[in-house]
Amino acid sequence: MSRELFRFKGGVHPPEHKTESNTRPVARAPVPSVLVIPVRQHIGNPAKPVVHVGQPVLKGQLIAAADGYISSAVHASTSGVISDIDLQPVAHVSGLPDLCITLVSDGRDEWIAHGPLDYQVMTPAALRLALRELGLAGLGGAVFPSAVKLDPGAAHPCHTLIINGGECEPWITCDEMLMRERADAILQGVTVMRHLLGCTDILVGIEDNKPEAIVAMQTAATQLDFAVDIIAVPAIYPGGGAKQLIYTLTGKQVPSGKLSTDIGIQVFNVGTAYALARAVFQGEPLISRWVTVSGHVLRPQNFEALIGTPIHTLIAHAGERSGATGVLMGGPMMGMTLPDLSAPVVKATNSILVKSAALFPPLPGALPCIRCTRCADVCPAELQPQELFRFAKAGDFGRAQEYHLFDCIECGCCSYVCPSHIPLVDYYRYAKSEIWAREKEKRAADLARERHEFRQFRLEREKKEKAEKLAAKAQAKRAELTAAPASEAAASEVDAKKALIAAAMARAQAKKAEAEPKNTESLSAVTQREIEEIEARRAKIRELARSPLESEKNP
Amino acid sequence: MPAPFILDRTSVTQVMAWVLAALLPGIVAYVWLFGPGILITLALATSTALVAEAAMLKARGYPVKPFITDLSAVVTAWLLALSLPTLAPWWLIVTGTLFAIVVAKHLYGGLGQNIFNPAMVGYAVLIVSFPVQMTQWAAPLELAGSTLDFAHSAALIFGGDVTKTTLDAVTMATPLDTLRTGLLQQLTLDEIMPQPIFGFYGGTGFEWLAAAFLIGGLSLWALRIISWQVPLAFLAGIWLAAGFLHFFDAGRFGAPWFHLFSPSVMLGAFFIATDPVSGATTPRGKLIFGFGAGLLTIIIRTWGGYPDGVAFAILLMNLCVPLIDAWTQPRIYGENRQNRKEPPA
Repeated sequence: MSRELFRFKGGVHPPEHKTESNTRPVARAPVPSVLVIPVRQHIGNPAKPVVHVGQPVLKGQLIAAADGYISSAVHASTSGVISDIDLQPVAHVSGLPDLCITLVSDGRDEWIAHGPLDYQVMTPAALRLALRELGLAGLGGAVFPSAVKLDPGAAHPCHTLIINGGECEPWITCDEMLMRERADAILQGVTVMRHLLGCTDILVGIEDNKPEAIVAMQTAATQLDFAVDIIAVPAIYPGGGAKQLIYTLTGKQVPSGKLSTDIGIQVFNVGTAYALARAVFQGEPLISRWVTVSGHVLRPQNFEALIGTPIHTLIAHAGERSGATGVLMGGPMMGMTLPDLSAPVVKATNSILVKSAALFPPLPGALPCIRCTRCADVCPAELQPQELFRFAKAGDFGRAQEYHLFDCIECGCCSYVCPSHIPLVDYYRYAKSEIWAREKEKRAADLARERHEFRQFRLEREKKEKAEKLAAKAQAKRAELTAAPASEAAASEVDAKKALIAAAMARAQAKKAEAEPKNTESLSAVTQREIEEIEARRAKIRELARSPLESEKNP
Repeated sequence: MPAPFILDRTSVTQVMAWVLAALLPGIVAYVWLFGPGILITLALATSTALVAEAAMLKARGYPVKPFITDLSAVVTAWLLALSLPTLAPWWLIVTGTLFAIVVAKHLYGGLGQNIFNPAMVGYAVLIVSFPVQMTQWAAPLELAGSTLDFAHSAALIFGGDVTKTTLDAVTMATPLDTLRTGLLQQLTLDEIMPQPIFGFYGGTGFEWLAAAFLIGGLSLWALRIISWQVPLAFLAGIWLAAGFLHFFDAGRFGAPWFHLFSPSVMLGAFFIATDPVSGATTPRGKLIFGFGAGLLTIIIRTWGGYPDGVAFAILLMNLCVPLIDAWTQPRIYGENRQNRKEPPA
């Protein structure tokens, strides 16, 4: 099973630090007494709470329903009583609290009635709907609702399914442990993915620093009745990035600004495949995930933790140590600092990393850029980070976009190698958010201008209509006046007839003027085109406003 | 602080320290071939550069410590010192260094902001303003029989009682100068080259200095401090331009080996043209930058008013960097180059 691999450009080799946590077996974290479950754990619309304060719930019960097509449901991770539905601290870079459902455990951990889905009998649409209702979202980091990704769509048949077991971030081992201990279940999930997507090639990419995981997956793959290629890929950060893994395994690049599905490739994380297997074969919603707790703790290890478990309790289970200098969610390359340790484990939480001054020395201050282009050498998106930095710093966002700012995957390689220690990725995030904010403002301004233009147009039209109506009335009156004396005098029948015809015509004209506005006849070509454009935009807005969910629900 | 939370070990200080270390073989060869006078020049340039750097940082309201320890001023000082004639008077060294640090570096915005290589700006100012003093090269050991000792060098540099005759006794025209003068006197290459100042490939002694700079430069490349594009393209530019001319008229144009094995070319190719701040950044841009500098060096050496052209060639290419960079932006991951030329919708 040797396959030609392709080396993506760039990448770095940070110290791996995997053995700290992958040498202990996975433990099940105890059910905490209070769980805080955010309604926004995925990309897309936040889920809508469907429970009320004081309501008792069972483990696995729906507590917030998916809202729209790109959304995902949220479930009670254990049995208990809803004590609060309010803003709570969550793991987000902004540090802002978000809407959460607080659940006080009753200690019984009692499941709601559930059972497997007969995925081979169900229609694909019904199966996807069921998966959304089971809260399935990508566990690799982006937390994109899986039901959406499992819809192959009509435009691009999906021929290749890639299962991402790369896990290239230092310290994190939850995917590795999952592959070592749950290889069969992961491949069961792959079976369902293959069923829904109809792909022919199935590749599992695992970095070659996880030999046990590779062996476990290869052994499990022999049990399947279809071919799954388990492939060891070189351990280079960010080799586990979707675009990089796709290139490594297939030699194909996802076109800039497009999705991998546009070239017939779909990528799922191993954790997502495992969650999918539990959803389909046990009927369990996504209420727990594997989390690496490592760094400055007594017993670095992986936990199977319930969604909503406060992060400080997980750190306590791993053995808290003094001298911690902060806690990260995610890895050291792309993770974020947790401002509040009472924030809960969510679907995106792959790792909790406790920092210490020894493991994570404070970063030195930044010096000016010396344009050494080490960043360009390591950029896996093959960008020129030094130019992007210059433009972002100068506020020249247009140029930054021309230099492909939005192709940046924020992997952090550039910042990692920068000899001037410039937090480059931070500048790119800033530039991106500025551009988004400006586009939003521009859209709002465009809409306001459109409204104003239409109002002007309407006022103009009404004025014209009024004038025409008056003119028609006046004409009719004049016709009547000229007709009347003529008939009185009975000058001639021809005259009378003529007058009658004229009067009738005038009446008809007046009626016509009343019935339809005439302003469209005398418009200039420019105004006409403007009106057409406005109409086209309005039609587009109407079309956009039609929720895609409707079509999903009533296919 | 935002991600990433870990850093590679490299720092600007480290990069600059490696550049200084890579200059050591050249300095050792220099001392061996021309005497210890260069050590005085280096020390004087370094201290002037550090004082000027500290003063400018202070005047501009920057913290002195993090910037002065980045060693970039020392690199500038060493490169300038190694470009100057061996027995250049002290005020020449000080003036050149001050101009490099104060004007070319700090008045343009300091570290990372200078569009011209500071050392080359310093050199250009000196050769334009003081052409006579810029030709006081000591005779190499092989020709003079002995090198000037430390005390004599110091006396010459600091302008003690040195008569013109003493000076004439210890200095001598450089090989490039000799070639130039000879050609101007309508001599052919065959008549010029047998002079003792010319060695195997380049000038006597000078060629060994060039070799020492080459060794230092190659180690910088091996350590990935510099990329291969600039030096290779620079040397290729020299080789092709000189080779082309020599091929057409071997009597009137110097051999490509002779041009290649001059210390200024090796120093320029590996240490000066590779300056990241004032050089091109894209891979193709580096090739264009290096090649252009090499080509211009030969053009200036052949037809220009000065015997050597490395400094002017690099400064002229520094001017072109924004254009070169903009034109040579590489293809990014997933970019379709065919669609690029389409007018925006």
